Amino acid sequence: MSMRAPPSELPVQLDDVSVRVGPLALIDGVSMHISPGAPTVLIGPNGAGKTTLLRVVMGLIAPSQGRMTWAGREQAPPERRAIVFQRPVMLRRSTAANVRFGLAKAGRAQRHERVAELLDLVGLSGLERRPARRLSGGEQQRLALARALARDPDLLLLDEPTASLDPAATKAIEDIVRAVSARGVKVVMSTHDLGQARRVGGDVALLHRGRLIEHGDAAEFFASPQAEETKRFIAGELLV
Amino acid sequence: MNTNASALHLVLSGDPALFAIVALSLIVSLTALAFAAIIGIPAGAALALVRFPGREAIIVILNALMGLPPVVIGLAVFLLLSRSGPLGAWGLLFTPQAMIIAQTIMVAPIIAALTRQTIEDLWAEYKDELMAMNVGPVMRTATLIWDARFSLVTALLAGFGRAAAEVGAIIIVGGNIDGFTRTMTTAIALETSKGDLSLAIGLGMVLLTIIILINALAWSARRLGERLAG
Repeated sequence: MSMRAPPSELPVQLDDVSVRVGPLALIDGVSMHISPGAPTVLIGPNGAGKTTLLRVVMGLIAPSQGRMTWAGREQAPPERRAIVFQRPVMLRRSTAANVRFGLAKAGRAQRHERVAELLDLVGLSGLERRPARRLSGGEQQRLALARALARDPDLLLLDEPTASLDPAATKAIEDIVRAVSARGVKVVMSTHDLGQARRVGGDVALLHRGRLIEHGDAAEFFASPQAEETKRFIAGELLV
Repeated sequence: MNTNASALHLVLSGDPALFAIVALSLIVSLTALAFAAIIGIPAGAALALVRFPGREAIIVILNALMGLPPVVIGLAVFLLLSRSGPLGAWGLLFTPQAMIIAQTIMVAPIIAALTRQTIEDLWAEYKDELMAMNVGPVMRTATLIWDARFSLVTALLAGFGRAAAEVGAIIIVGGNIDGFTRTMTTAIALETSKGDLSLAIGLGMVLLTIIILINALAWSARRLGERLAG
């Protein structure tokens, strides 16, 4: 009997997707195509719907309206997609055990090697036995990334992964995002840091009040924005 | 020799009668604790994780059962096991087994209620991560119980403390028979009423030591948990 790898999650297609809570639209008629390649960066002010959209793409929130598919499948358990929340929860275990938890399906022999490899990738080698909750904020974010990568995703969703981190910790996360992306993992991340969107994004999408205002190649997005809201947001004006 | 000195002598000399009573007490309470844990931990975890009609009423009842007077439990088990009771044919009344049943009934709600609260709090914290990692219900429950293990040890020790210190239930269903169902607490009650304070005080010393040790263990479990798991 041969073990078949779970199918790819890509491309992800959202058609007129809305998420409503009572009369409030957290996501309002978003259509978007997420294809393999360089990272997609979601930008927008607080409350724009970035986190909700990431949770929808992860499959944690079902759309109230619209259609969404992962590689053409409407119902797909999250086998090859993973998410790192803005405030990831560390399991009450050691650093290595947190990564091992993500490797639940790997054989015992492979686990040790994979844990070492992933901790090395995120720069946490040497901290294997430290309780995960004793790590710094930046280290916890990197550990959450390693734990998510342990699931061998081809779609990795990151919700404001550098919020409240200092520049050094932010750079460490961005370096990991580039390294992971170079290995063929599609990264979709949210940020309200325009500089980060320029540094990391292959394509950029602006969300405002739950609507997708503009989505395009990063260079064009910043050089010649089309929508009025995009121009104002890039110019540093407050979108309210 | 005064009463306190002779009590101390009984303890330090390893008086066989005294330590037979201590041994039976520990056997009864630890066995009851094991049964209560087998019932209480899964029941508490299920109550924390499964939503069903009447769940909140069960939580309220469970919390109320934590404070159930031991004599009431003793009376209920007595009626159940007495000759004319529904389980009278088992012939368990006035045996250590009857005492184990009574203490299990007393301790299981404590363990279940504390487990429910612990697991529910942890679930609120872990829910997003475990759902995102596509963790199934069985693995989810095992993960939560494992990660709550140090808090659950504290719950078990609280249950053991209650079992070891109670007298009302086991004196009713055990009968305080010398050499057969006499435990530390029932012996203390009896010896005090007889005026033989040496044995009562000696047993009191041992019981107090055990209770202090339990609390020290609970404290250590928590500290160990903080050190190992953060």
